[in-house]
Amino acid sequence: MNKYLFYPGCSMQKNASSYLDSLMAIRADLGIGLEEIEDWNCCGATEYWSVHQLKAHALVGRNLALAEKQTNGTNTVVAGCSACYLNLAKTANYMKDDKVLRDRIEDALAAGGLHYTPGSLEIRHLLDIVYNDVGLETIKSKVVRPLTGLRIAPYYGCMIVRPDKDNRYGNPEYPMALDYLLEALGAKVIDFPQKTHCCSGHMTQISPDVAYELMHRLISGADRYEADMMVTLCPMCQLNLDAYQGDMNDYMGTDYQMPCLYFTQLIGLAFGYAPAELGIGKEFVDARPALAKIGVEVPEDVEVQKRKPRRRKKEEGLPMPRMGEEDGR
Amino acid sequence: MSALLIEETTKAPISYMEEVSRATPGNCRLEMCIQCGTCGGSCPSADDMDHTPRQLFAMIRADMRDAVLASNTPWNCVSCYYCTVRCPQEIHITDIMYTLKSMAVAAGQYKETLDADFSRSFVGYVDEYGRSFELGLATRMYLRHSPLSIRKTASMGLGMLTRDRLDFSPTKIKNLDQLQAVLNRADEIEETRA
Repeated sequence: MNKYLFYPGCSMQKNASSYLDSLMAIRADLGIGLEEIEDWNCCGATEYWSVHQLKAHALVGRNLALAEKQTNGTNTVVAGCSACYLNLAKTANYMKDDKVLRDRIEDALAAGGLHYTPGSLEIRHLLDIVYNDVGLETIKSKVVRPLTGLRIAPYYGCMIVRPDKDNRYGNPEYPMALDYLLEALGAKVIDFPQKTHCCSGHMTQISPDVAYELMHRLISGADRYEADMMVTLCPMCQLNLDAYQGDMNDYMGTDYQMPCLYFTQLIGLAFGYAPAELGIGKEFVDARPALAKIGVEVPEDVEVQKRKPRRRKKEEGLPMPRMGEEDGR
Repeated sequence: MSALLIEETTKAPISYMEEVSRATPGNCRLEMCIQCGTCGGSCPSADDMDHTPRQLFAMIRADMRDAVLASNTPWNCVSCYYCTVRCPQEIHITDIMYTLKSMAVAAGQYKETLDADFSRSFVGYVDEYGRSFELGLATRMYLRHSPLSIRKTASMGLGMLTRDRLDFSPTKIKNLDQLQAVLNRADEIEETRA
């Protein structure tokens, strides 16, 4: 069993609890031990960094210092949220590269009796751990309910693959790790052109019309390739695409019903876990029609609001080439 | 004589570009911009920006301090890092946007109050609890900026609550004193530098 220091982040505590629940359900099968960093604090998301730069580094610095104190047998910190991952990695990297900044962060940390040694920790995202450390062979060997027949748009978002200073994903615009992982579970993975486009981040809060445009590009893209669902690895992406999809439909005059689940939930389903153990049922966009394709029934314990079907906006512009029927839909 | 000269040199006012560059962590390479426009062409929210990043960097070079700080461009940056990975000069564009936002907040000079206010409210909750607090943040933003859309907001909030995706109260970390001591010290350092 590989051991890791675990940074859950604020989102996983509640709004993305299904991500955490599904990870906890499958961690023994994956052979990964997760030791939560004691008394961690917020990573600053994108907001803190917009107001106070040094304080944001100090905020992350405290997490790094706490993690360093806890290194017994491992120096790898794993985060499931892409923003948490990037922020932790960013401060860790800049403390290695920028001496002036390092001294300032150290000065601030000392006020709390803390210290972080640059280079002492390795910061990684959960997908990287599952794909590289656990590996596809182990994952394939645990599959008891292959996701055969399910068409998935793999959605990475931004912050896991960009800027990727440690070059863990090979390609900042067209990574493949999630594609191969979902294929190993038996799913039909579409070649999704928008796989690393932006979900709009916090724009749903401060500038909804910008947000809806960006979300529409993703969801219409997945729909054009006839995906049954999108699969993500970041709480912010999931929240925007799922909870705000209805508002986006209202704004754009569309009626998409594109479910969006976490990759850990899909692994759990393929490993034979019941939907409830994986936090399935907390989505705004009903995932049941998609899951029925792989013979999974989700009990109706959560009151899911049925949306009135709406006439789709007429397709505008030049006719676009459509995918053929050859790939087994 | 030489000591005097050195003092004169260090006191010489630095260019605005140098100021932005120094305030950005690491070597951000801002001065390497060749005005190619790859950044603006890669930006998903460029349509909504007053200036593309390329234009903004030209303005920084031209010492147009006030116009830069008043531009909504950094506030419309969604932190997707497309520009950063595509820039042929490897300029840390997204990081520079963060620098410009924090400079605008410090100078009290920003147009899109909603954006800056959202970030500042977020900071307030983190300073007070050590964790973010979504319900508090959302409620505060809507009461302050768009009370008329409260029905829509409330229905979203209710949806989140019925799906058990929203906390009623914030979570406080245990050693909040330690965090606050660290942040206060960082504040002092930031102020003495400014």
